[in-house]
Amino acid sequence: MTPNDTQTIHELFGAGALPDAATVDRLHARLVEVAERDGLLDVCYRTMESPYGPLLLVATTKGLVRVAFDVEGHDAVLAHLATAISPRILKDQRRLDHAAAQLDAYFAGRRHEFELDLDLQLSHGFRRNVLMHLRDIEYGATASYAAIARAAGSPAAVRAVGSACATNPLPIVVPCHRVVRSDGSIGQYLGGPDTKRALLAMESAA
Amino acid sequence: MPAETIVRPFEEVVAEHGPVVLRVCRAMLDPIDADDAWSDTFVSALRAYPDLRRDSNIRGWLVTIAYRKALDQLRAKSRIPLPTAALPEIASPDDAVPDIDAQLRAALQALPAKQRGAVIYHYLADLPYAEVGALLETNEAAARRSAADGIANLRKHYTPGSQS
Repeated sequence: MTPNDTQTIHELFGAGALPDAATVDRLHARLVEVAERDGLLDVCYRTMESPYGPLLLVATTKGLVRVAFDVEGHDAVLAHLATAISPRILKDQRRLDHAAAQLDAYFAGRRHEFELDLDLQLSHGFRRNVLMHLRDIEYGATASYAAIARAAGSPAAVRAVGSACATNPLPIVVPCHRVVRSDGSIGQYLGGPDTKRALLAMESAA
Repeated sequence: MPAETIVRPFEEVVAEHGPVVLRVCRAMLDPIDADDAWSDTFVSALRAYPDLRRDSNIRGWLVTIAYRKALDQLRAKSRIPLPTAALPEIASPDDAVPDIDAQLRAALQALPAKQRGAVIYHYLADLPYAEVGALLETNEAAARRSAADGIANLRKHYTPGSQS
C-alpha cells in the first residue's frame, strides 16, 4: 500500500466519515425498542440530576434494582451489574421515567413514600431481611441500628445491620439513611455522611 | 457466570462500535436499508452477547454480522424485479453525514468477494490485516493483497465526483 493508495482510499471513502451522534442516538432508540419488544433487554438504566449529585437508576424487568450515587462510579456499578445480573444492559430513559419522577418529587419534598416495583435480587439473606425492615421506617423518622437488628429478629447483629445499610442496592428508595447510631450520631452512608445529614434534615423540615 | 464470558455492559459496545458498524452498512446499502441492517446487527448481537467469549474481538464480530446482514439484504433485493425507470434519490435522513454515493456502493458490490471483504474490513471497519485475514479465512498477506487489488479495481471503475 503506497501513500498514494491511502490517499485514494480517503478520497473514495471521504464520504464515509463516521456518522454523527444524532444518527447513532436515533438508531440506539430503535434498538432499545426492538430489544424490549423481543425480551432481550435484561437491564436498563438512566441517570438523573439530584441535589446530591447525579444518580444512576437501574431496573430489570421486575423493577428498580439499583440506585447509585456519583461517588460509587456509575460505570463501575454498571460493569458489576453486567456480571451480577446480565450484560444485556442498555440505556433507556423512558422505562425509568416513572422512578425518576418519584425521586424528583421526593427531593422537592412533595413525596414521602415511593410506589415503585423493586427488585431486591442484589441483596441476600439477612441483609435482604434488613432492607425489608428499613422500608417500615417512616419519612421523617429515624431508627437505631440496634432497633433494626431487634426488628429483624437478631438483636446481636447490630454490625450486620450496618453492613446491610452500607451495601443497600437501593439507597434513598429503601431508606437506609434513616438508620442512625444509638448515641444519636449519624453513622456512615453510601452517598457520604453529608448527604445522609441533608436527607434527614430535608425530611424533618417537611 | 463463567470467566470466559463478556462482562462489559452492552451499552458500551453500542457506544464504542455503533458508528463503525453504521459506516460498514452504509458502504453496502442505501441509508434507509443501512439503518435496518444496523438494527438487525445489534439485535442479533444483543441476543448472542451473554455467550460471547471474553477474548473475542468485538468489533470484528459485529462487523462480520453487519456485513452478512448487508449481503442478505442485497440478495433479497436482487430477487425483486426493479422498475426500469430510475428511482428518485432519497435524501439522507441527516444531511450532516454525506451518504457514500450509489456509484461507489455499486463499485464495491461488483468487487470479487475477497476483495470487497478486505476493503470493508480494513478501510471501513479499521481492522488490522491480521484480523481481516482471519475473518476472510485466509492470512494477513493475502488479506493485504486482496485489499490492494480491491482498491485498484475501485479506482478503475469509480471516479469520485463523477456522479450527479
